[in-house]
Amino acid sequence: MSTATSSPEASAAGRTLPLTEGSLPQRLLRGALTPGGAVFILLAVLFIAVVWVNPSFGEPPQLIRFIGRTAPIAIAAMGQYYVIVAGEFDLSMGAVIATQVVIAGNYIGDDESRVLPAIALMLVIGVVVGIVNGLGTTILQVPSFIVTLGTMLALGGLVRYLTGGAATGNPVDTFREIGRGGIQDVPVLDVLPYSVIILVAVAAGSFWLMRSPFGRTLIATGDNPDAAGLAGAKVWWVKTRAFILSSLSATIAGILLVGYAGVHPSVGAGYEFQAITAVVLGGVVLGGGRGWVLSAAAGAFALELLFSFLNFQEVESTWRNTVQGVIIILAVAASARAWSLGRRPPSRSTPAAPAPSPTTARPGTETGEN
Amino acid sequence: MSAATDPATSVESRDSVRRRRAARPRGAKQLDSTALIYLVLVGVIIVSTVLTALEGRNFFSQGNIWAVLTAMSVLGLISIGQTLVILVGSLDLSVPYVVSLATVVAAGGMKGLDGNIPAAVFNTLAVCAVVGLAMGLLVSVLHVHGFIASLGVGLIVSGYLATNYQGSHGSAAPGLRLLGRSGIVGWIPTAFLVLLACAVLVTLMLRYTRLGHHVYAIGGNRDVARMSGVRIVLPVVSAHVLCSVLVGLAALLLLSRTGVGSPTIGSQGRYDLLSIAAVVLGGTLLAGGKGSVVGTMGGVAIFAVLDSVMGVMQVNPFLKDFIRGLVIVLAVAVYARRSVVRRPPRFGSGGRSSLPVPGSTTKEETA
Repeated sequence: MSTATSSPEASAAGRTLPLTEGSLPQRLLRGALTPGGAVFILLAVLFIAVVWVNPSFGEPPQLIRFIGRTAPIAIAAMGQYYVIVAGEFDLSMGAVIATQVVIAGNYIGDDESRVLPAIALMLVIGVVVGIVNGLGTTILQVPSFIVTLGTMLALGGLVRYLTGGAATGNPVDTFREIGRGGIQDVPVLDVLPYSVIILVAVAAGSFWLMRSPFGRTLIATGDNPDAAGLAGAKVWWVKTRAFILSSLSATIAGILLVGYAGVHPSVGAGYEFQAITAVVLGGVVLGGGRGWVLSAAAGAFALELLFSFLNFQEVESTWRNTVQGVIIILAVAASARAWSLGRRPPSRSTPAAPAPSPTTARPGTETGEN
Repeated sequence: MSAATDPATSVESRDSVRRRRAARPRGAKQLDSTALIYLVLVGVIIVSTVLTALEGRNFFSQGNIWAVLTAMSVLGLISIGQTLVILVGSLDLSVPYVVSLATVVAAGGMKGLDGNIPAAVFNTLAVCAVVGLAMGLLVSVLHVHGFIASLGVGLIVSGYLATNYQGSHGSAAPGLRLLGRSGIVGWIPTAFLVLLACAVLVTLMLRYTRLGHHVYAIGGNRDVARMSGVRIVLPVVSAHVLCSVLVGLAALLLLSRTGVGSPTIGSQGRYDLLSIAAVVLGGTLLAGGKGSVVGTMGGVAIFAVLDSVMGVMQVNPFLKDFIRGLVIVLAVAVYARRSVVRRPPRFGSGGRSSLPVPGSTTKEETA
């Protein structure tokens, strides 16, 4: 986004990017006004509302448990973010989670020595699913919506076929502890759940990844794959890596969910749409190229806080879906407005600037086509 | 995109001529892709006939044809609606919930009495139209992505259903149930005739009316359509309303078979994803602007034939999903490769690459 808005001025006057101008508070304020920043304000408002309704929620032990409970969906949302910011969808997430949960249940069983091999196996399966999704989208040119729908149907069907659609297997407790347990006797928090540690690690990793060359290329690819390709990015490999990261996130979410939910082929059901909702709530634009990875995680927390709020208000849980629907529509309508407001001026002034670069590339693409 | 208007008129006309040349073979190719779908369908039917024969049954028996055509009708009507919505560049994920809502409203309105049929049918379709109108306005006026607008509306409807209806509700009128069992000479069910009629009407609408042409134009490139003087709101809203009404019709057909309204029947059928898969299988671009109802019907027929043969072979229902997923990806992979290779470069990826072409022409002229 920043390059699009600033390139003409920067080249004209040799100034720094407008986004990096001003003092830190100014920049924070400006960031908070973008959809990706507004989600943090929403998060704060919701948190205050929940604490107001139920003061004990604000106590550190309660709060850290809430964060632990929300970790799987937040991790899934960050995984979905990579794919969405690259301009694609990953609908196979729920099926991947179900697969991993069932593998954990049946392969590990009571054998404690199998925990590490099982985790390795699950990660490998996650990578394979990601590669299949990615190559189907990029090399076979099938829309990602369809590829991931196919892997979702195939994986989900296979898992339910193998388990007979019922809960089977029960992993050893040490494995469940990853999702369920934590470090005991921590001073303020009482318990520090392992899931929170994993969440923080994943968030830090994602933050670093999106500032690395890969992250920059990913956003450029999502914004305009042709331009990114002409600029030298390997679009297929960048997108495939995004799909791998998404499946890996689903795998981690699955490992955590075993602790909470147990082993059942329906554990991950609906996770893909929840994750997409969270990502969209975080101000990430469907179609790619815009948004911040931590905003996606914040979107997941905002969604869960909202559900907690409704719980405390004793709203029937059947209305959950309705509220979720209203929220995502409002969020996207608002952010569509905000992004388009931010974009409008450059859309008139930029066409003169980007035009020169395609000229050199066009003869090449034409000969390539003929 | 505004760069296209800048160059001199001579450049503009030469450019448009070149584009028209590029566009002409595209029509022929589109026919090709539809033909390809039907070739695949013929192949699937041949394989199915063999497999059914191995089980000692006849694929072309009266009962089996009846079953396949009946299975086509519900998914077919929904897929026609989905085709419209996808052509205009949107998406409809609310389908399963609208199906459930429609069966509940219709069955609740009929209360098992023939006299209530007209009012109940009218109410059902009106409710569906309102849901479609809401989605259309969200997409066209508020610029919410179709994916999110329909997902959100679907979630709202599902919350309403889950709160107000537990278990089955109401019952279908005997007249409607009779309609569900009636047909022509025992081969073609009435439901399939309804599907055919709708397919023909929508095809005519897309080919010969201004609305239909605008649907293609907006799906191809919304900004270009708007700058060419096409009003965005009406076609987008019409596509969504028509889609929801067709879904309502499908729900009525479903009701004529089940007899009671059910708040979960739509989500059990996974009509949202299957209809999208059928549309894409039928050669319609998911990004919009290219495709046809004829192709979609081919996609739906492939699904129905597959289901029928898996039913005959008594495949485990969970394994069915696995096979379905494989078929979707493989079929679309074969199709998508062909269409991408042959498509003119202007439509490289959803119309985004249209930018360089006018820009580079101006550059060549100035150089």
